[in-house]
Parts: sequence; structure tokens; C-alpha cells
Amino acid sequence: MVGIPSRHRSLVLLTIVVVVQVLALAVQIQHTSSEGENRSLMRSWSVGLISPFERAGAWGVDKIRGTWRHYFALSGAARENERLKQENDSLKLEISQLRGKASEADRLAKLLNFRESQTRVPMVGARVIATSPDANSAVIYLDRGQRDGIRKNMGVITADGVVGKVIDSFSDTAQVLLLTDRESGVGAMIEESRIQSPVGGMGEPLLDMKYVSNDDEVKVGEHVVTSGMDKIFPRDLPVGTIVESKQGSPPFKYVRVRPAAHLEKLEEVIVLLTTNPLVLKKDPETSGAADAQPSAATPTANAGKRSLEPAPKPTEKPR
Amino acid sequence: MNDAFDLRSGETHIEVYKFRGGTILFVTILTLLAQAFLPVYIPKISILDLPLLITIYFGLSRRNPSTGLLLGCTVGCLQDLLGKTPLGFYGIAKTLIGFAASSIGGKLDTEHPAARFALTAIFFALHQGIIVLVQRLLLAHAEPWFTVRLAIAALVNAAVGVVLYFVLDRLRRS
Repeated sequence: MVGIPSRHRSLVLLTIVVVVQVLALAVQIQHTSSEGENRSLMRSWSVGLISPFERAGAWGVDKIRGTWRHYFALSGAARENERLKQENDSLKLEISQLRGKASEADRLAKLLNFRESQTRVPMVGARVIATSPDANSAVIYLDRGQRDGIRKNMGVITADGVVGKVIDSFSDTAQVLLLTDRESGVGAMIEESRIQSPVGGMGEPLLDMKYVSNDDEVKVGEHVVTSGMDKIFPRDLPVGTIVESKQGSPPFKYVRVRPAAHLEKLEEVIVLLTTNPLVLKKDPETSGAADAQPSAATPTANAGKRSLEPAPKPTEKPR
Repeated sequence: MNDAFDLRSGETHIEVYKFRGGTILFVTILTLLAQAFLPVYIPKISILDLPLLITIYFGLSRRNPSTGLLLGCTVGCLQDLLGKTPLGFYGIAKTLIGFAASSIGGKLDTEHPAARFALTAIFFALHQGIIVLVQRLLLAHAEPWFTVRLAIAALVNAAVGVVLYFVLDRLRRS
């Protein structure tokens, strides 16, 4: 016991001897736990003695690891953050593209349904490839032209309603004047009251129903359809919905119409390759009545259920 | 080492005794055997703790704490080995008693019979206290700290010890 003062040697020896015997006792004595299991006291003591250090060690390691992760490894987090942001942007773009494709699929399905329901109407689908470069004119360009049979003054529609008319046709391109253009106009009538009046653009999203007498009763929410009088659009195509009606400068009312077609976001349209008057086909339940009045069909409240067929009257001018 | 010499050069004159060769070993084995076999024939003699008495005696005589605690440890562990108690049960108690006896023996004159009687009784009680402490702490046995039997045993052992010590004094080197 080198290095230990002589007066303390016996105490050290005493401590050692007693501890050794206590440990020997602990090895021999079986301790019954609360669960009724027998285990040596030494084992219980060892676990009890070691576990606080283990817990402290685990706590320390967790703290160190947490500190490392939260403070020192921020460069990795920053890189991961950057990568996640890029991935997020990429996913957003992908979602946007998918939404666009889904929307396009919906539109194409709508057009296809319309075309299939109007198999006897000559029409051609076209994609909008450009718009007017100036803000004063509402013009779009289509990817179809004379090669596809498109001529000047042909009507352009979507499944929702009238879009405009072809004002010029090239070999593979056609220029369409939208209804909202100041120079645009379409023969129309109020669906319910059959009051006729041309509807024209004003260079803004709403249309102007120009010549409705102050004496006529016009209600907001009434539907406006084509009258067929302009010889461009067949009769009873949806033009829009009246959103404002009030007394105007005599003798005409001030009537504003919201276009039925979504003119501000056109992507696919249908070009009617005829100007023959079309008759309204009734729903199957009312087909008998429709057959009785083939040319001057009674308008229905539900324009979405209408279908068009060319009238047998051969009054179309050759194009 | 002489048979007796001054432990301290101070004012107190205390002697340290040595014994003939093998005396401690022989006496230890003899008392252990006696402790084991005598109660078989004389049941009441089990009240005696002969190994404790020789631990106290040699501790008081040798007056070296290290020697005293090692002797107590050896005696106690042998007692455990011969009995059914776990090793260390009596070992711890007699280690502490050996240490205490030799420590006190180095400071007090323990040759007088009255002092021996008193110290033996105290050490016996202390020994039993350690035993009870070990039982309570390690074995979870709720043994009582004090009983009348314990008091009687302390007195009996002290009385027997005084006689035994007188006999053992004869084994000292002269």
C-alpha cells in the first residue's frame, strides 16, 4: 500500500475487506423481485449501479448528437433544405403540368363529346396557338387553316358557347375575332323572351346587348343565345348570361352579358365548317315535340342538354 | 519484536503481545470446531459466540488494526463456511469487530478483567448490531435491533470471555 499514510492503511484495508465481503454476499444472496423472480443481489446492484451511468451516458450522447445535428451539422441541413426546395419546386411544376394536362383532358373530352353528339355537323377542332399582340383587339390564332376547310366568317365555338368568328384564314392558320372585341358582334336573342338584339364586344370581359328597348322586360340571369340572323352562327348557341340590366339612354336598355365561353383562357375551340341553320335537338323525353317543330325549336332552360343538327334547308352559301 | 514493548513512547504505557507459533491458527480452528459441535450436545451453549471472543481477544492483544481486521475476516468467513450463512455474513461483522478491538486495544489498557468484560459486552452488542444491519439491508430480514436474549447473551459472552481471555493469556510468549 505504497503512497497511503500508515495511519490510514488499516482503514483502507478495512474498507477493501468489507467491500469484498459485501460483494461476496451480494453474489450469493438471491433477491426476489416484485414480479417474483429470483436474481442475485449482485446483479440487482450492478444494474442499479450501472443504469444511472447508462442513462446519463445516453442522455449525454443524445445531447451531443442533438447539438451536432442542430448546430454543427447545419451545413448538411442547409444542403438538404436546398435539395428539398428544389424537389418541392420540381413537384409543384409537375403538379401544375399534371393539372394542366387534366384540365386539357377535360376540355378535350368536352369537345369530343360535343363533336360526337353532333356527328352531322361539319366541324373541326383547333388549338389556340397565339393571341393578339396588342391589348386593343381580342384576337386569337388557331393551328388550323384553309387546308382544314376553315374559311372567313365561319363561327368558332366551344362546348360552352360562342367564341367568335374567323376573320382571316391562311393555309395552316386562322385568325379569330373574339366576341369581346369592339368590332365583334353576333346575332342573338334572349332565350326565354325571344327578344332579339345583336351582342357586341366592348373591349372588356362583358358584352353589350345593344338594341333592347326600354319597354322590354329583361331579367338578370336570363340566357342569351344566337339567333342565326347573322348567317354565321347557327341558331340557339349559348352566347352568355345577362348580368346587368337597367334603363339606358332612350330608347335602349343598358344590358351587359357575361360570355358563356371562357374567352380569357381558350386553348381548344371548334370551328363550325358550315353556316347552315341548325335545329335544336330535344332530349329523348321531349323528342316528339322537337320533331314537330324542327326549325323554330322552343328553347329550353337547360342549354347544356341541347344538341345541334344541320337543317335540311340548303341556304348556305358555298365557301 | 519483543514479547512486550511500548507501543507509544508517550505517557500511556500499552504493550503489544505476541503468541507462540501457530497459536492463533490453532485457537481459531479449535473455537470454530467447538462452536460447531458443542451446541449439539449442550444446546444452551449456542448462546456463546466463541469465534467472536477470540477475535476480540486477539484484536485487543495484538493492537494492530490491520491484523485485527484480517483475523476477524478470516474467522468470520470460516464461520460462514462451516455454517449455512452466506460467505461474508459473519465475515463483515467480525472484520469490523477485529478492527475496532485492535484499534481500541492500542489506546486503552485492556488487561484488566473489568475492562475486558465491558469491552466484550460492547463488542458483542456491536457485532449483533452489524449482523442485524446486514440482515436488514442485504437479506431483507426485519430482525429486531434489541432483545432481552441479546442482552443476556452479551453478558454471558462477556463473562465467558473474561475467563477465556485469562486462559489465552497463558499462551502469550513469556
